[in-house]
Amino acid sequence: MSFLNLSYEIMPGLLKGAVVTLELTVCSISLGFILGVALALGRLYGKRPVSLFCTGYIEFFRGTPLLVQLLILYYGLPPYGIRLSSFVAGILGLGLNSAAYQAEYFRGAIQSVSQGEIMAARAIGMSRFKAIVNIILPQMFRIVIPSWSNELIYTLKYSSVAYMIGAPELMAQAKFIAAENFRYFEVFLVVAFIYLIAVVILSRILSVLEKRVRIPGLQMAQ
Amino acid sequence: MLIDQPVILRVENIHKNYGKEKVLEDISFEVKRGETKVIIGPSGTGKSTLLRCINQLTTPDSGTVWLDGIDITNSGSDINQVRQSIGMVFQDFNLFSHLSALDNVRLGLLKVKKMDKRKASQEAMTQLVRVGLEDKAASYPAELSGGQQQRVSIARALAMGPKLMLFDEPTSALDPELIGEVLAVMKDLAKSGMTMVVVSHELGFARSVCDEIIFIEKGVIVEQGSPAVLFGNPRHQRTREFLSKINELYGETGKK
Repeated sequence: MSFLNLSYEIMPGLLKGAVVTLELTVCSISLGFILGVALALGRLYGKRPVSLFCTGYIEFFRGTPLLVQLLILYYGLPPYGIRLSSFVAGILGLGLNSAAYQAEYFRGAIQSVSQGEIMAARAIGMSRFKAIVNIILPQMFRIVIPSWSNELIYTLKYSSVAYMIGAPELMAQAKFIAAENFRYFEVFLVVAFIYLIAVVILSRILSVLEKRVRIPGLQMAQ
Repeated sequence: MLIDQPVILRVENIHKNYGKEKVLEDISFEVKRGETKVIIGPSGTGKSTLLRCINQLTTPDSGTVWLDGIDITNSGSDINQVRQSIGMVFQDFNLFSHLSALDNVRLGLLKVKKMDKRKASQEAMTQLVRVGLEDKAASYPAELSGGQQQRVSIARALAMGPKLMLFDEPTSALDPELIGEVLAVMKDLAKSGMTMVVVSHELGFARSVCDEIIFIEKGVIVEQGSPAVLFGNPRHQRTREFLSKINELYGETGKK
């Protein structure tokens, strides 16, 4: 069977997996986004215990392998009565892990917002909370886009690790198909292309977004 | 001298230390409505700290600040209310860099004063007209010159309807050719009856609009008095030396 014919034949199965991969990516990057903003703000502005907790969280999730985290969530929790499906465990694992990295990107962006602007906001009578919402966050979201798009791409690719806990995503589908037809080289070549195309599309979308919300003079300090 | 006017700001025995270093030592003065006071002194003598102690951006170690008869030191969360009536202009402008000139002026009206959008926009525009920047309303800070940015920041402070304006070296970060436009706005403001405390070495400005000059060195008030007295016949040798040194440095703008 020629490569093209083979590709055509295995495509439906792979695309089914690709859909799960995208679902995993979107859900876990969103979870990581919300948690990441909270962790960054907590680390920078929280009272000492809050700040320490956030720092500890970030260090733990950055300092241990994603695969270990996934295995703990999926195989480690059932004895304690928490039984997660492989899909949910995948989202949680990838999301909790991504939150730690995103928090650090957000922290960097927040720290590049000028302290003087915060002082100016306080001087016109804004509370600290209002200054964070109205001055820091709008700048942070713009400044962080370039580094954040890296995190999105990583998350998409690292979601392949979820196959280890049996989530029916792209890698799992590929492994399954290849085990049937023994065409490992071709199958994984197609898989690589599917990831590549997805990454290219996502980074295009983000660079369009970056241009859309761009404000003259506002970017990560060089 | 505005003898009959009520006192707007009274600063009483302000002390501030940073670690072991005494930044402000027993500073007291008062400002009547409509007065402009200029604070001068060598750099690092606590002039900026003093301004920040007035609106409590820095908390003094001891001493009291009275605004319109109300003690505003240690006023807790009410300080956000108090700060609305004290405008502040910074050396580095500190405009919100993600907002247009109009939005910079409007933000406080919307988020702090909770004005509705139409009214806030009108008020913000009025203030931009006042500083001569109505045609720059849509520009972002990075698209404005330093002088324009500083005028926007003055408009931002004025929009809140302050009783008192504090200026912290408003022209020190500006190219010489841009200083004039900012000083012109400040002079208009002083003449329109605004109460102002200005940290600046622009002696020309001091000469033409200010009621009293306060000379601070090493955290204490060395001498204070009308410009005529301080320029003409200061009591302290140190004041004379400092003023003549500044005159040498800023001579050009000093004569404007």
